[in-house]
Amino acid sequence: MAQIVDRRLNGKNKSAVNRQKFLRRFRKQIKKSIENVISERSVTDLDKGEKISIPKKDTSEPFFHHGQGGHRDIVHPGNKEFHQGDKIPRPQGGGSGQGEGSEASDSGEGEDDFVFELSREEFLQFFFEDLELPNLVKTQLSTITETRKVRAGHTSEGMPSNINVVRSLTGAMGRRIALRGPYKKEIKEIELELDNLLKRHNETDPVIINLRERITYLKGRIKRIPFIDSFDLRYDNRIDQPVPTTQAVMFCIMDVSGSMGREEKDVAKRFFMLLYLFLTRTYEKIQIVFISHHTIASEVDEETFFYSRETGGTVVSSALKLMASIIQDRYPTNDWNIYAAQASDGDNWHNDSKICVELLNKEIMPFVQYYSYIEITSDRHQNLWEEYTDIQSNWDNFAMEKIEKISDIYPVFKKLFQKHDA
Amino acid sequence: MTAKIKKNLPISDTSEWTFDLIEKYHTEIERIAKNFGLSTYPVQLEIITAEQMMDAYSSVGMPLGYSHWTFGKEFVNTEKNYKRGQMGLAYEIVINSDPCISYLMEENSMPMQALVIAHAAYGHNSFFKNNYLFTTWTSADSIIDYLLFAKNYIAECEIRYGEEAVENILDSCHALKNFGVDRYKRPPKLSMQEEKNRQQEREEYLQSQVNELWRTIPDKAKNNSDEKEFRYPSEPQENILYFIEKHAPLLEPWQREIVRIVRKIAQYFYPQRQTQVMNEGWATFWHYTILNQLYDEGLCTEGFMIEFLQSHTNVVSQPSFDSDYYSGINPYALGFNMMTDIRRICENPDDEDREWFPGIAGSNWIETLDFAMRNFKDESFIGQYLSPKLIRDFKMFAISDDDKNRQIEVSAIHNSAGYQTVRSTLSEQYNLGSIEPNIQVYSVDAKGNRSLTLRHTQHLRRPLDKSAYEVIKHVARLWGFDVKIESIDENEKIIKSYECSPPK
Repeated sequence: MAQIVDRRLNGKNKSAVNRQKFLRRFRKQIKKSIENVISERSVTDLDKGEKISIPKKDTSEPFFHHGQGGHRDIVHPGNKEFHQGDKIPRPQGGGSGQGEGSEASDSGEGEDDFVFELSREEFLQFFFEDLELPNLVKTQLSTITETRKVRAGHTSEGMPSNINVVRSLTGAMGRRIALRGPYKKEIKEIELELDNLLKRHNETDPVIINLRERITYLKGRIKRIPFIDSFDLRYDNRIDQPVPTTQAVMFCIMDVSGSMGREEKDVAKRFFMLLYLFLTRTYEKIQIVFISHHTIASEVDEETFFYSRETGGTVVSSALKLMASIIQDRYPTNDWNIYAAQASDGDNWHNDSKICVELLNKEIMPFVQYYSYIEITSDRHQNLWEEYTDIQSNWDNFAMEKIEKISDIYPVFKKLFQKHDA
Repeated sequence: MTAKIKKNLPISDTSEWTFDLIEKYHTEIERIAKNFGLSTYPVQLEIITAEQMMDAYSSVGMPLGYSHWTFGKEFVNTEKNYKRGQMGLAYEIVINSDPCISYLMEENSMPMQALVIAHAAYGHNSFFKNNYLFTTWTSADSIIDYLLFAKNYIAECEIRYGEEAVENILDSCHALKNFGVDRYKRPPKLSMQEEKNRQQEREEYLQSQVNELWRTIPDKAKNNSDEKEFRYPSEPQENILYFIEKHAPLLEPWQREIVRIVRKIAQYFYPQRQTQVMNEGWATFWHYTILNQLYDEGLCTEGFMIEFLQSHTNVVSQPSFDSDYYSGINPYALGFNMMTDIRRICENPDDEDREWFPGIAGSNWIETLDFAMRNFKDESFIGQYLSPKLIRDFKMFAISDDDKNRQIEVSAIHNSAGYQTVRSTLSEQYNLGSIEPNIQVYSVDAKGNRSLTLRHTQHLRRPLDKSAYEVIKHVARLWGFDVKIESIDENEKIIKSYECSPPK
């Protein structure tokens, strides 16, 4: 008799350890692949798994075996036309013929690549690791709360516009019934008495006249009960309930003047991605506005933002002006949490930096949750930096850092946001 | 032939399986298998999910593998193919153990479960129990224990010496695992208890032995005269891993133990590598025979048979050499057809069969097949039993490919002049001894720089693949000193050599 064992509930992730080992072993190659992937990904597209391809030769394990050459005899099936002694040209791909032929692939992956999927978690892990970013996700941004009016029953005081008619009238009717009750009861009793008296007395009898007057009086009382009284009025009650605003807008401002090369843009892009990722942890809905500028600023789509290249000078204030006006037009501050990240190599037309400070102080900083400025340069600080230092001392929600290379991004990012928490 | 008596009701008429049904089908399959004289280990059927199947599949079917990235790579690959739908999962994995563990995948239909039971739990099982290679080289009763020991030992080493150090050793051992088997000497039995008890003892012993070798080195002054005579090892050694385990000067005791683990497991799988055609052929032949018997007795429905036959046909299909799907000879197809053909030769021999197989034509097919199963491996099985009829059915032809010629030559086809050549060529194709390069430990420069020399004796002028240089790096890592590999031709002339120092 066989033993039948149900193992389905046993651990199914027996290979998880091996998978981790595999990923660790090829960390370098995977990272490289991720780097390529990131430059192709959209900023908002960060939060999912990824197909990774690494060179097959790196993952192969060597063992002693024969190479091509020498003499060998092989039997194949399916002869159609060959006769003994036929000479045929050697087929491409060597003489082995043992399944080393082409493995056709519909997805266009080269045979030389070992392709597999990283889960979202693994992808993020690698992504952050690349930036030496271990626990970013755990950090919580302090969410600015917005209040919202919610219904909370009824009150007896309020504004006329909030009068609840049905409630008020129902109340009034109840009051009227209640107040009328004693009078009506008395009238009924008097009328009963009148009927009895009229059998023995006539109308002119003073008792009867008295009673008639009493009835008239009581009816008058009933009439005087007000149809609606001020204390019948009921108002819809609304109270303020704090709710986190679930939408945020993120402004990405980048200098696209000639001085920003591809590398600088790549650094900026990663920074924007991080910020985006950060915000997705906090808000349900996020919009991104890309503003690129050289001497004039324009709102562009992502593609243009990262890949177009302009020449010419740099006027940073043009971008800030544009941002301020976009905030006014489209993102009322009570509905939107506004974040801004500005990346630049710090080069600015020198008279313009003062204007920038002015704009920031008056038209931008009061409205945004957070404004971060990164200067991407390996040189010393540029003039924009000097001016921005003032802003930093005035505003808690302003932060700036200098980034020289990709590996700086995370420390800088962390620093920026730690400061915000403080 | 079995009389078709349709007196039974089918066991089930849906394709859903239940534990109850598995038990019922199993009872019938077991009965039929016993009637055919199959002798097996007790059967243990384990129901698992597709994910678990992927786990098992990617650790070469070992139920308890030690952990290493290469299994992770396999897993990632298997998972990808499975998700893409490129590949149905292997629907059977069976462990050569006592009791014989056979996995049934939850997702499979009842006919498929029955097929797997017949194929794995009776076909492979009886092969494991009776084939001479398996009875000689593997110990089914202790393999699970040993794997458990290995897994725990390696996990412990990872904690004690760091994952990277363990991974390095394993990488190097894996590169040599095909050269870690004894081909002629029966290995001692494996047992976890023994392993554990002896392990401590062995660590000390191994270490002392190593020291012994280096201590017996003659004094420099004395041996100058007889340099020629002193050679270590005195005979070339074919089991490179064994040699390293016993004699590598610098390995720590735990590293020797890991070398030993890889070696032991390689040894356990060695018979499987030599009997692929026979083993699969045998199992396929029996699932086909048993399920047909089941049908003849009226125990399963026609729908059941159609589903089974569809799967069976896929398994035994053999694309021809010019097909896009061709990837060599399908061991299932060749094995199944040879087994079926032997039965035919026994039951309905024609003149050709009587001429080629006078010993078995007309004999009892069950006994003849049983004999073949017990006493052969792929190479000898094909050499003995491949019939002219099968060569014709497969339209086999032999190609002679010599890099000295610009063209390749058809040396034989499926005609009377060619049968012998085709048969011996195909047989040679399954000879591990000529598939794998012949590499042996040739000498150790024990009195000099302690370098190790491996010798590759070329067979038919076949060179080593470039990846040999990578393997040599691994050998150097294990050996701890310089390692040299020399290729020699038929005249023992060194035609190529390559040297490598261990990583610092």
